[in-house]
Amino acid sequence: MSENTIVVENATCTFCGCVCDDMDLTVDLDEKRITKAKNACVLGRAWFSEHTIEDYPAALIDGKEASIDDAIEEAAQILVNARFPIIYGMSDTTCEAQRQVVAIADYIDGNVDTTTSVCHGPSGMAFQGVGESTASLGEIKNRADLVIYWGGNPAEAHPRHFIKYAVTPKGMYIPNGKKDRTVVMVDIRPTQSAPVADIFLQVNPGSDFEVLWALRALVKGKPIDTSIEQRTGISLEKLEDLANRMKSCQYGVLFFGMGLTMTRGRHFNSGALLALAADLNEYTHFVAKPVRGHGNVTGADNVVSWQTGFPFGVNFNRGYPRFNPGEFTTVDLLVRGEADAACIIASDPASNFPRQAIEHLKKIPVITFDPKPSITSKLARVAFTTATYGINTGGTVYRMDDVPIMLRPAFESPYPSDELLMKKIKDRVRELKQH
Amino acid sequence: MPETMLLVPVRTSKQGTSLNAGKLKPEYQKITSTVEISLDDMERLELKAGDQIRLRARGREIVVSCQQQKPKSSTPGMMFIAYGPMSSELMDGDTAGTGMPPSKHIRVEIEGPI
Repeated sequence: MSENTIVVENATCTFCGCVCDDMDLTVDLDEKRITKAKNACVLGRAWFSEHTIEDYPAALIDGKEASIDDAIEEAAQILVNARFPIIYGMSDTTCEAQRQVVAIADYIDGNVDTTTSVCHGPSGMAFQGVGESTASLGEIKNRADLVIYWGGNPAEAHPRHFIKYAVTPKGMYIPNGKKDRTVVMVDIRPTQSAPVADIFLQVNPGSDFEVLWALRALVKGKPIDTSIEQRTGISLEKLEDLANRMKSCQYGVLFFGMGLTMTRGRHFNSGALLALAADLNEYTHFVAKPVRGHGNVTGADNVVSWQTGFPFGVNFNRGYPRFNPGEFTTVDLLVRGEADAACIIASDPASNFPRQAIEHLKKIPVITFDPKPSITSKLARVAFTTATYGINTGGTVYRMDDVPIMLRPAFESPYPSDELLMKKIKDRVRELKQH
Repeated sequence: MPETMLLVPVRTSKQGTSLNAGKLKPEYQKITSTVEISLDDMERLELKAGDQIRLRARGREIVVSCQQQKPKSSTPGMMFIAYGPMSSELMDGDTAGTGMPPSKHIRVEIEGPI
């Protein structure tokens, strides 16, 4: 470590949706690396320590080093000449870059979708169908005395969720922290998170909807048959106990994760949970919040929503935005072989999409933007290496509760930001479309 | 009849830390190529930690290594794997009109040790 170090106080970790903004980063400016991340969790420490400046070309075309200008020209030509270009990703970049991306999609009459479609996309559909009784994490910290996690494992995916927001912190009306809260965990197995819970309910795989619907009935005083245990794995007695706790708490919250959105029922599961939260407001105050994964996936929802009116899966083919999950979501467009060019920003679909989608991705020109080589960048026609948001660039991200937070970068990168690249591509695309 | 179990891709801390180093690095690839199986199922299938097994679903297959689930989170009948290229290989591409492929609860046939 050199002697040329600084400390960046109250920096923000953008690894997961918690977006913790109380990091004190010790930065070695000569070595261009973060040597210490005070307050960071295990995931945050890895995020800060592993994002150094590595020796990758700033741009590649067909696997060969290229100038950034040439790569921008190539990317713009691909997007303008495609008949059905798709843009996907954006959950690990700033809102400022995201707004440029939506403009590009608009100019090229293309399709824009975010990683939300394979994350809480089903919840996004449910929000539109059922509504959302919502709150900020600050409000939950200060008021919630019943905290329910459903289909999620924060201990491994969002390690500071418990200690910073929802379980152990003392709040204005929760003066004794965890002692004043009842924590319930619902999952198909006792995860690493389960020991935090006062009550753990192990639900049979694929029966979350039935449990949620039974709870809705119990909350309203309707009878439920004891056979519910055979179907769901949870006894009627335990369900009645939970329903009573929900109705009698001062302020309850349902946090829900991929265990609902990635399984049988998808948006019906999320919708059932949101409806349960809404029902409970006849008796007490109850809110529901999805626990979001990537650092700015919530920002992507917000930016795409305020620019197009829809949160993800948006199509501009007709010159105006249309929303239709299943039709304009990226997995579907690739599996059906409809997309003829793909622009992938700060995500890696080639590592987490179904095989049929990846096979089509290999057949079409792909443009990628990522701070590190990925499985997707390896198959790209044009691959940009970018500065890491939050570490090398400032900007805005949204925490999982839709609260915007400004970034405080730690050190400069030789690579351009997503925002800068997107703006240049947008300008070039606009020029090409005008001719 | 081959044995079948439920494969459940999940997030793990090690997956999260290793992807920061890079998805092309050996650590990430190892973590996303390992399934956790309950002790009961390992004994029944005559598997030991580190054995390679073949999983098949929807006409596709992957080869992964296995390790024992922690006793406190042991769940017979279910295998857990860190979400990544291996688990995605077995995912169905039909999103049922939602955009979301059925990414968890994949019924797989097991062959092994191989």
